[in-house]
Amino acid sequence: MSLLSIENLSLSIHRFDILADVSLSVAPGEIVAVTGESGSGKSMTALAVMGLLPDSASTRGRIDLDGTDILKTPEPGMCAIRGQRVGMVFQEPMTALNPVKTIGDQVAETILVHKAMTPAKALDRAREMLDRVGLPADRFPLSRYPHELSGGQRQRVVIAMAIALRPKLLIADEPTTALDVTTQAQILDLLKGLVADYGMGLLMITHDLAVVADMADRIVVMRNGEVVEQGPTADLLVNMQHPYTRMLFAASGHQVSLPPPPAPVPLLQVQNVHRDYRLSRTRLFGDPGYFRAVNDVSFTLNRGERLGLVGESGCGKSTLTRAILGLENIQHGQILLDGQPVFTGHKPNLAVRRKMQVVFQDPFGSFNPRHRVDRLITEPFHLLVSPPTGTARQDAIAEALTAVGLRPQDAQKYIHEFSGGQRQRIAIARALITRPDLILFDEAVSALDVSVRAQILDLMAELCTAYDLTYLFISHDLSVVRTVTDRVLVMQAGQIVEAGETADVFTNPQHPYTQTLIAAAPQLPDLEALQRRQSHV
Amino acid sequence: MGHHRPNVTAMLRYSLKRLTSLLISLAVASLVIFLVIEVAPGDPASFMLGINAQPDTVAALRTELGLDVPKWQRYLDWVGGMLRGDFGTSYTYRTPVAGMIGDRLWVSLPLALFALTLSTAIAFPAGIYAASRRGKPGDVAVMGATQLGVAVPNFWFAMMLVLIFAINLRWFNAGGFVGWDAGFWAGIRSLTLPAISLALPQAAILARVMRSSLLDILGEDFMRTARAKGLSRRQALWQHGVRNALIPVLTIIGLQFSFLLAGSIIIEQVFYLPGLGRLVFQSISSRDLIVVESVVMLLVFSVILVNFLVDLAYALVDPRLRTRT
Repeated sequence: MSLLSIENLSLSIHRFDILADVSLSVAPGEIVAVTGESGSGKSMTALAVMGLLPDSASTRGRIDLDGTDILKTPEPGMCAIRGQRVGMVFQEPMTALNPVKTIGDQVAETILVHKAMTPAKALDRAREMLDRVGLPADRFPLSRYPHELSGGQRQRVVIAMAIALRPKLLIADEPTTALDVTTQAQILDLLKGLVADYGMGLLMITHDLAVVADMADRIVVMRNGEVVEQGPTADLLVNMQHPYTRMLFAASGHQVSLPPPPAPVPLLQVQNVHRDYRLSRTRLFGDPGYFRAVNDVSFTLNRGERLGLVGESGCGKSTLTRAILGLENIQHGQILLDGQPVFTGHKPNLAVRRKMQVVFQDPFGSFNPRHRVDRLITEPFHLLVSPPTGTARQDAIAEALTAVGLRPQDAQKYIHEFSGGQRQRIAIARALITRPDLILFDEAVSALDVSVRAQILDLMAELCTAYDLTYLFISHDLSVVRTVTDRVLVMQAGQIVEAGETADVFTNPQHPYTQTLIAAAPQLPDLEALQRRQSHV
Repeated sequence: MGHHRPNVTAMLRYSLKRLTSLLISLAVASLVIFLVIEVAPGDPASFMLGINAQPDTVAALRTELGLDVPKWQRYLDWVGGMLRGDFGTSYTYRTPVAGMIGDRLWVSLPLALFALTLSTAIAFPAGIYAASRRGKPGDVAVMGATQLGVAVPNFWFAMMLVLIFAINLRWFNAGGFVGWDAGFWAGIRSLTLPAISLALPQAAILARVMRSSLLDILGEDFMRTARAKGLSRRQALWQHGVRNALIPVLTIIGLQFSFLLAGSIIIEQVFYLPGLGRLVFQSISSRDLIVVESVVMLLVFSVILVNFLVDLAYALVDPRLRTRT
């Protein structure tokens, strides 16, 4: 007997078909993971169950929640169901809570809006729920405001709100995507514990196949609004039927082979770097405090080497990146590129600056939407003393676009005409066009779907062979760093706690923090073993 | 429920900080006003005596008015006097400035408060209603009305109101102020038409700010969270939307109050009200610098005070501001 059953759900918004014949079910106490890339319709499926679709959506099919047909229930009836019979947890904990209300009030509100208890009892239940999700009363009184909590703690509050009335079904839409790996592991454990304790059904939406394989009892794979394959986790992992499912898993664990690095010649030298941020004064004439974002960091990046920098949010990796780019001055130590300081006096050293380029995370936000691609990718030319003009410029544009797998004709298009992966290729073309000595990849593949990410990683490996790239690859994603770097630095609280050959660090981490990080990162099931088994069949 | 009390010490510390900044602003403002008015061309003494006055008569009057002592001393005397409630004597009318301002303030302050209350009372429901019906006929109607309110000058409203309610219907007087001695309601009655004409354009602006601020909030993630908990659209709007939307609205209310206090000169003129705006205008025309200085200082004080109150209101609305500097 299933708790939730979706039968042939089709959904269109303004005549655009979003979902087509989606069928799936969740039993009490079962964790069902819906996975797929962006645009697959997995979030819309969740919103349809909640009855929170946009007004312009029209639906066909049936969503049965414990005997109630959701699609036929009018809005007042849905208000009674939401929060009481089905709870929902969202992706972005930093903005999911009302900033002007205490966490106690917000958890109690779920109870009060359904008039399930008296206000005093509702606050007692709120307290009980916060305790249950790991926010004990001594450190997290009901009077706390969301801004006083970290992302992981806020996600716990959101979960407490969702389960306050012990709903039979919990929907979690990418509940850990915005969190660090160690926090992610804790939240996933919490969700698993709640499902076991309360016998809830959990419909979990996530793009992360490692999380899916680890958590789910059953997996539903979606693409372009359709379910392409579903089944019990163990079965599905062994007998993937659909090529898309196989492609997804293969792309998630995609490995590239880098050419061996040349003999070590130092290119970037970071020596005893400190970066302090001034805090606001607590007293009018008191000394302002300082926050040391980067604390005594030293490392050398050799020419032709691919170096990784991993750490959780707030560890100082972005600050360090900015300092290397000469965007910020440092308080102590020095950063040299080819023996020259990146920052002199009060401004970046342009002679050094032009030898570096950077590729950022957001492939759309880092481009001016009103410029054509040729202008976008030639932006670094303004750093050069004598930028190429005329035919030389056209040739440079054509070469850079060809190098990243696009066509020279694409130079005349605008950025909105490209997909996310193509945009990131353009960002790489922009970084390549001046033939820099060093490229910084700052979370450059973190926003991409796995299939696109695999292509970009392949491209990076190709470029390493063709252009002898030297890069610093900054990321929170350990699996990616593992395949595209030769050496890796692990950063925690402003310090480099471990450095070494990538393979060594991952197989035999020395520092406790590195060990925690690697243990917390969800592991894909051993695909090679699966593939071996399949090739024998 | 004890946990509802905002953190009292944080709130106190925040208020003290704001108060310090208020005092510093006042000191700086008084200095600037004094300097600006001192360098303004035109000697009050020769202005009062006319162009044919003898130099020694002018000199005598300068001594009498205290214009011959060093400037820094006059500044200190002026500030010291104001702290004791002594704003000096008007050059033109030879009466204490404090009394002149006091009389006018009894008209301008109630008028400003009355107009502000009206504009808030119109703007909040209108803005919230429009935001909750975004793109629907109700929203379009409210937005159209506010467009009109912003575009039409308030003196035109004033004249229309006079035409309809004073001349045709005879519900109100066309102008003048009966004075508070005639009774509270009589006073309110003679301020009603001016207050409405002042309030309408302000309400139009405020309603637009309320609407757009609320629309921003309605798109926030926490509104979706509220709906997922089982709140209806309306409940989510009132319980999570409105308070979060208040910050920009409070800012505009603060600015509007300062404007209403002194910027109502045209409306005062239309309704023959003895308010501050007309006093400033007359004093500037007659080089009655001491009155100008005092009124300007008073207005600056009220702006800074209102900003202080708005800051306190921010902190009451948004707990994040209490812990920040």
